[in-house]
Amino acid sequence: MTDKTIKFEKRSASDESKAIEGVEQAKSSRLNVLKTYKIYIDGKFPRSESGRYYTLESAKGKAIANVSLCSRKDFRDAVTAARAAQLKWASATAYNRGQILYRIAEMLEARRTQFIEELVLQGSTSEAAQAEVETSIDRLVYFAGWSDKYQQIFSSVNPVASSHFNFSILEPTGVVGLLAPEENSLLGLISALAPIIVGGNSCVLLASGSKPLCSVSFAEVLNSSDVPAGVVNILTGYRKELLSHFSSHMDVNAVVYAGDSDDEFKTIQQNAVSNLKRIIRFSPKNWYSPECESPYRILDCQETKTTWHPIGN
Amino acid sequence: MLDLTTLDAKDTDGKVKQLCRKAIRPHDSLPDLPSVAAVCVYPNFVSTAKEALSGSSVKVAAVATAFPSGMSTLKVKLRETKWAVNQGADEIDMVISRGKFLAGEYDFVSDEIAAVKEECGPAHLKVILETGELSTLDNIRKASDLAMEAGADFIKTSTGKIQPAATLPVTLVMLEAIRDFYYRTGKKIGMKPAGGIATAKLALQYLVMVRETLGQEWLSPDWFRFGASVLANDLLRQIVKEQTGVYQSFDYFTKD
Repeated sequence: MTDKTIKFEKRSASDESKAIEGVEQAKSSRLNVLKTYKIYIDGKFPRSESGRYYTLESAKGKAIANVSLCSRKDFRDAVTAARAAQLKWASATAYNRGQILYRIAEMLEARRTQFIEELVLQGSTSEAAQAEVETSIDRLVYFAGWSDKYQQIFSSVNPVASSHFNFSILEPTGVVGLLAPEENSLLGLISALAPIIVGGNSCVLLASGSKPLCSVSFAEVLNSSDVPAGVVNILTGYRKELLSHFSSHMDVNAVVYAGDSDDEFKTIQQNAVSNLKRIIRFSPKNWYSPECESPYRILDCQETKTTWHPIGN
Repeated sequence: MLDLTTLDAKDTDGKVKQLCRKAIRPHDSLPDLPSVAAVCVYPNFVSTAKEALSGSSVKVAAVATAFPSGMSTLKVKLRETKWAVNQGADEIDMVISRGKFLAGEYDFVSDEIAAVKEECGPAHLKVILETGELSTLDNIRKASDLAMEAGADFIKTSTGKIQPAATLPVTLVMLEAIRDFYYRTGKKIGMKPAGGIATAKLALQYLVMVRETLGQEWLSPDWFRFGASVLANDLLRQIVKEQTGVYQSFDYFTKD
């Protein structure tokens, strides 16, 4: 038998320093590749159909990412996807929806460092960033737990003065538009989104314009956590451009406004008159407050169906 | 240039009447909108449709000849056709015998079409090739030529019961067959792509193709029809969107 042992020659010190020099040279001439944060429609990551984008700057004024600037048509495509996905999502068992929400929390946990880094990059302190990511994860778990319980809490058997068995149950409102808050770009988004989807609605949401990184990364989390395509669609862009379309689109059944501008909310109210969609304002002063963890948030995007079932005397 | 169609085994008089009302007046909040070209029903509903459409410009088309399979004897097919015409059908949509066609018995298919044409009398004859079952574009071209030679007034892609139904390539082949037939004989034949055309945007692509292949003359209900009921609602949705500037929901349009 021949000896097949491979021997590694020890590199001389001068070779080593030459190699390091080469790396240094490459470094100095290297251009950073800015990640284009793409949007999330129907389980895919397209760019805006308009081809527009804006460059996001860090708190220190350095360019950190290119972000899609969505158009009205992107919004329309997202609503089409949300509409197509909604019925199937609503008919999934409550248990299954809870599992999927829990899975989102798991995937978020696995990528927490990335989210903390992104929050810091957008001006958060590292302590605040850590608290925000952790609370976000906990909040998903909180609403995951409610998935097979809210129906029992809010449904009722009603006494009526005739021979009928009369009962009321909840059904999801349908396609819900969500305008996420500017600050607390991750926690605010998740606190508003989780109760919408746990109740069987599908959602088209517009991320924070000034701090969009986490929402796009969150889309990557959703994509890897069994959430069916189209149930959550995430857009980025200017709120003033898209606000009126969210509220005037006839095929959006409800709009949840989580921002803090009275004028914007007024615009939504005025536009919604033409189509009678449900509008909900959810703008807590503090996204860590207990009011954000409540089953009533789920009730916001539910409709009550009452059935009169004839019975014998 | 649109035919509204209801060809379900579960059709009732009520549903046919409802469709006829929609054919005359497609959307209540758009009273100025023109009526559709025709309503397409099974032969037993021809009299119902005729009555519901009386006084309007909407024509009644009946599918005949053992639609959708065409699996019956010539005698039965001819009697069915005759009966539908007597009931008042303005147009007859027949299917060709695809099995015979694929087996190479072209004379059989051709004679059948000619015989049905004779029974039609004043009614227009549309010949459905059922392109989804003809396998190749060569076959589609051959079937188109054959149908036109045998006396078809219109050639139509599909029954709507078989997938794939109308597609752009298939329609182009048929349009070219119509064009060549026109150059050869000077006789104009109509075209009807049916099934699978659900959006206004897709319909526009078909119209462009007709215009480019056959010219402006064919862009009229006499020479071109869409057989697509779903398309009607998308068109309405787009028209209302143009008027209001707001994207619409199917919730606000009648299903049938």
